[in-house]
Amino acid sequence: MLSRVAERIYWMGRYMERCENAARLINVNTKLLLDLPRGVSVGWGTLIEIMGLDDYFSRDTQNADERSVMRFMLADTGNPSSLLSSMANARENARITREIMPSEVYELINDTYWYLNDFASSAVARRERHLLLESVIQRVQQFTGMLAGCMSQNDAYSFIRLGRNLERADMTSRIVDVGASRILPKAIEDNSINEPYSNILWMSVLRSLSGYQMYRQHVLDRVNADDVVMFLFQDALFPRAVEHCLSELTDCFSKLPNSDHAMHEVAALRRQLKGADFEALMQSGLHDYIDTVQSEIGEIHQAIATTWFLPQVQVSA
Amino acid sequence: MEINWRDYDSGEFYDELISSPGHPRKVARQLAKHLAGLSHEEIAERKHSAELAIKTMGISFTVYSEAGNIDRAWPFDIIPRVIAHKEWLQTEKGLIQRLQALNCFIDDIYNEQKILKDKVLPAELLTDSANFRPECVGMKPALGVWAHICGSDLIRDNDGRFYVLEDNLRVPSGVSYMLENRKVTKRIFPELFENHNILPVTEYPSQLFDTLAAISPRPLEFPEIVVLTPGIYNSAYFEHSYLAQQMGVELVEGSDLVVEDDHVFMRTINGLARVDVIYRRIDDLFLDPQMFNPDSVLGVPGLMRAWLKGNVAIANAPGAGVADDKVIYTYVPQMIKYYLGEDPILPNVPSYLCVDKKQRDYVLENLDKLVVKPANESGGYGMLIGPQASKKEREEFAARIKAQPRNYMAQPLISLSTTPIIGSKNAEPRHIDLRPFVLQGRNSSVTAGGLTRVAMRKGSYVVNSSQGGGSQDTWVVVEEDK
Repeated sequence: MLSRVAERIYWMGRYMERCENAARLINVNTKLLLDLPRGVSVGWGTLIEIMGLDDYFSRDTQNADERSVMRFMLADTGNPSSLLSSMANARENARITREIMPSEVYELINDTYWYLNDFASSAVARRERHLLLESVIQRVQQFTGMLAGCMSQNDAYSFIRLGRNLERADMTSRIVDVGASRILPKAIEDNSINEPYSNILWMSVLRSLSGYQMYRQHVLDRVNADDVVMFLFQDALFPRAVEHCLSELTDCFSKLPNSDHAMHEVAALRRQLKGADFEALMQSGLHDYIDTVQSEIGEIHQAIATTWFLPQVQVSA
Repeated sequence: MEINWRDYDSGEFYDELISSPGHPRKVARQLAKHLAGLSHEEIAERKHSAELAIKTMGISFTVYSEAGNIDRAWPFDIIPRVIAHKEWLQTEKGLIQRLQALNCFIDDIYNEQKILKDKVLPAELLTDSANFRPECVGMKPALGVWAHICGSDLIRDNDGRFYVLEDNLRVPSGVSYMLENRKVTKRIFPELFENHNILPVTEYPSQLFDTLAAISPRPLEFPEIVVLTPGIYNSAYFEHSYLAQQMGVELVEGSDLVVEDDHVFMRTINGLARVDVIYRRIDDLFLDPQMFNPDSVLGVPGLMRAWLKGNVAIANAPGAGVADDKVIYTYVPQMIKYYLGEDPILPNVPSYLCVDKKQRDYVLENLDKLVVKPANESGGYGMLIGPQASKKEREEFAARIKAQPRNYMAQPLISLSTTPIIGSKNAEPRHIDLRPFVLQGRNSSVTAGGLTRVAMRKGSYVVNSSQGGGSQDTWVVVEEDK
């Protein structure tokens, strides 16, 4: 398989997954709103900070209103990670790699792009937004299912899986960050009613990852912050948990040539996560820890890029 | 709208479907009847589903413009264009004969040059040809074939005969649209395929693969074949990607390839992999910056050396474009006689060479009746359509012809035949041409029909997709004897 094509298809996998997770991230806030007491608002700008997109947002994120944040996250083509931009990037990469996938896959991506292009900017209001986000999630799930059901499990498939799981690990850590990052107004946090609303918050986080039932089966306890964070970072079986995503990376690496360097990187991060004391981190600063996890994920990406996308070639003079 | 053939009139022009108002040709009778039976809503619905299919299938082409490149949906009309099988058999023979003669010619030109020595072709025409590549002299490609893939443009005059307008031997495009047009038509008119005996077109990608595999330097069952594209911003990128996919081969850009020890390799996740055959979709001059345009970033340094040593096959071979020249074109009937000893099956459009003084004078005196073409342009660029041009445009062209007579040839304005498209109130006639694709390797083959290009504007003769042309599915229909 061509190195250039491997790189493109890997990014296609990443952008598709980014789309789904951006939709899920927005859903955390939206679902949370429904459960909060009247008159209490959530911090919309936090979403932008957590995605690391402050530089692209022209206004102060802390005072940003729902409408402008939604416009920015859904349909702003100046935002490289808006839903529309991610899907446009996925499509562009798919256009270059369409000859190695079942043709229905490209048709699905193309169709989803046109769907977002036509409707994303008019889905700023809550009801339409809900439908749009659900539809995006479904379409990406359909994409993943189509590949699982119709694509040979060759190197190209491994690179899509790599892209998907690396992106998913990163985005799950960001979604946890939403829960941990004081998205609730100070008034509630300082108040004695903190506890129930904190649990509502973590329930929204789980729900947005379609993980509530899986969590209940696994943890057997009511929803609480520590267990949810541990579940989403360390669980080996839940497909959106960081540890699970990393184990998928290990599996893909084992199928590819020359993967030692990348294997070492992912092993280091898995070791670190297994040893992490999340209860202590919840007190001392989970946000900073999540930042280091994200930069470790960045290192894994670097290892993938140097191993397979930029092969050293001796060119005779 | 509903279709009423009694009100459909193509006037003086030969119409492919309707011979005179209300009277469909025999081969199109069933189709015409079916179309006339569709209600307004049914036609609108099918038109809409065709548009939708084209959009979701991602059938597109790129238009160069000052505002950047735009990826446009492929313009398609839902009515098929129909050709009778009996007529097609003869046309097919003519196309194969033509390509065989052209390949003899190219091989001769780069080797013995007998045709010049025998004065069948004036030697000065060759020395002035922009597509003659001295670097290729002495080369003997496998099977003696230089042009493995040819897209010839056929038109039908008022007399109902096919004429060859030009032969595209460099990087002819359009075959993917021919294949996709058929897919779209099958989606929207499945019932028509039950009642007609229509020749399938789906064989092309495997025939192309076989043609390419036959010229591999390593005699492997499945040699490493690649499609070399200039990249995603090329107007035909869709096609490059499509053909690679259909053949199950890699689609590469120049930067994916590297030459070591005069062998070509591609950069893969496993390291370097040897390449046997390159189906290139970039022009000669961009192939190798070491031999041609040094600024080219599309090509591969050292590629020509590898080819000249016979370590990689390139299709079409570098230099094959020497026969894709509108002046050389006028000699094709003579070539067929000279190399094959046969009479040409398909006629050329009568042509006047500006390099010849007598013919040039005729052209200059009759600019208002002629179409003047530059020898080496494609895509319909740089043409003068005399009858439709202003006096000023004609004067400008006359000056250009006098300055560079070798660069121009002229043809009478041939009346392109028409075929119905969906109009606003009824079916309306539009001018069309036909681009069949001919392959030559161990065997020769021709697509069943080809790509029908339609000038979508009323009265227009310009069918090029880069200039607002559209297309229709093309059916070669076997008539049952009753």
